[in-house]
Amino acid sequence: MTAVARRAVLLGGAAVAAGGVVAGAVALTPGPPPVAVPVPGAETVAFHGAHQAGITTPAQAHAVFTALDLRRGSGPDDVARLLRMLTDDAARLTSGRPPLEASDPELPALPSRLTVTFGFGPGLFDAVGRGGECPAVLRELPAFATDRLDPRWSGGDLLVQVCSDDPMPLSYALRRLVRSARSVATVRWTQRGFGPARGSEPAGTTPRNLMGQRDGTANPAPGAELDDAVWVREGPDWLRGGSMLVLRRIRMELDTWDDFGREGKHMAVARRLDTGAPVTGGGEFDEVDPRMVDGRGIPIAIGGAHVLRATARDPAERMLRRGYSFDDGPTADGLPDAGLLFAAYQADAARAFVPVQQRLAESDVMNQWITHVGSATFVIPPGCAPGGMIGEALLG
Amino acid sequence: MSSILRRGLLVAATAAALVLSACGSPAAPAAPATSTAPAPTSTSTSGLTVTDAWVKPADAGMTAVFGTLTATGGPVTVVSAATSASPRTELHEVVMNGGAMTMRPKEGGFVVDPAAAHELKPGGDHVMVMDLASPIRPGDQVRVTFTLAGGGTVEFTALAKETTGGEETYADHAGMNG
Ligand code: HEM
Ligand SMILES: [Cu+2]
Repeated sequence: MTAVARRAVLLGGAAVAAGGVVAGAVALTPGPPPVAVPVPGAETVAFHGAHQAGITTPAQAHAVFTALDLRRGSGPDDVARLLRMLTDDAARLTSGRPPLEASDPELPALPSRLTVTFGFGPGLFDAVGRGGECPAVLRELPAFATDRLDPRWSGGDLLVQVCSDDPMPLSYALRRLVRSARSVATVRWTQRGFGPARGSEPAGTTPRNLMGQRDGTANPAPGAELDDAVWVREGPDWLRGGSMLVLRRIRMELDTWDDFGREGKHMAVARRLDTGAPVTGGGEFDEVDPRMVDGRGIPIAIGGAHVLRATARDPAERMLRRGYSFDDGPTADGLPDAGLLFAAYQADAARAFVPVQQRLAESDVMNQWITHVGSATFVIPPGCAPGGMIGEALLG
Repeated sequence: MSSILRRGLLVAATAAALVLSACGSPAAPAAPATSTAPAPTSTSTSGLTVTDAWVKPADAGMTAVFGTLTATGGPVTVVSAATSASPRTELHEVVMNGGAMTMRPKEGGFVVDPAAAHELKPGGDHVMVMDLASPIRPGDQVRVTFTLAGGGTVEFTALAKETTGGEETYADHAGMNG
């Protein structure tokens, strides 16, 4: 075919396609043309600010955590190039716009509260020549007796956390972010999680996990309490306004849990399944009273109950738990393969996650059904202003 | 491949992959800018705003800068461009020539009408960066200066982002004869 003839065919093809679109639209919309109304999908969360979004942001329904490893030999310049691209992509995607080089504005147009949050693992500190400054607790968490960690779900130089109420913009955002990253970094692991659908219960309702429990009840209250628990107030400029993330992949033995009696389930946590209220009485947001006894003088909440073991014994132990359920099952044998992507944000993991998890590993009735199978820790650097770059203080 | 898809690929052709011989004069240009901030929007009193500026990474030879040009007052004409990446820059357009998309210098420069943003994009108008002094890698930044008719200038930074738009298209197109 000659070039000219080919061109005529191409233009003809396009004309047919356009006609098809118009005819289809007519057939599908018999009524008056739809009026533009605000839709939940259009809602955005600001990317720029003193802190990164996606932490104190009320949890979206979907999340993906991807850990990247810098390619061998990467230096500060490569890390800066990587973060410059990812910051630019994230700012655009979270506001409903495509990355610079992308030409499909429809895919990110309805971000549904999309957030992108970055975390720095020890390997990133090493690559920029500041390995000695990586907080020791994040370089290596202590080993806990109950750990059954698989390297497949552990570690990573750079965390990309993407959350949205809609898995569609989330999928697009992740694919574009990873595409920008891949000349500098490889993908170590990806873990996807979910919570209840947006709107299934009134906003602000504590979500349930796959064990059926309301999970997050005793989290620090939004405002000063949450800010104090989560954000780093002093220290180096690359950390101030940031946080520390401990991400644990925790498998649940849901088959045996499902068969366990309801009273026992309540006792395991010292909170009820239906309301999330303490077994010692009151409403969901009341505390469990460890001293309350029954008619025979026996404590109502058992000492090994998860909440009694986990509760902060000092303000520095407070953390924000912003976890997501995962479900990779069923297995070929028909067994569940599911659990919790436990994500805890705190100002200092050495004083929060570590002592709390030490107590839980020592004794927690819940240990019969939960096993930590993955572990990754990251510095969450502070946010940045428009035109700035996540991590600019570390690389500056 | 359907003709609709084929046409889409042709239109997506990237300037750098199109037919043009690089006949450069070697010089010693500045290396790509290395500040850490991502490409900001240009702010100028010249009546022209440049947003969403990016540049296609390249190891050597030539590449192109893209972005969105908006005239904030009356019509504005960009008559030339200079970059931190190379000593030689041209303003290009892409035209259909005997069934093939070809790029060539744009006569009279880019005329930006206030009524509509003027987009520089793969397969369309672009700033051709020739005789690259050193590779432009993904995430690098290139400083660009536009000179306007009347002598004003607009400076902005283009962020290097990878795209394969155009390259595979051109091969595809060539292999599709018959
Ligand atoms: C699959 C694993 C886990 C499940 C299913 C789970 C479930 C729960 C539930 C149902 C509650 C009570 C409601 C609430 O306040 O959220 C709770 C509270 C809590 N959990 Fe967990 N949890 C898990 C792992 C962990 C881990 C690993 C930690 C920290 C190391 C932790 C720390 C806490 C804390 C601090 C509280 C609040 C205690 C208080 O009332 O002050 N949990 N958890
Ligand atoms: Cu060109």
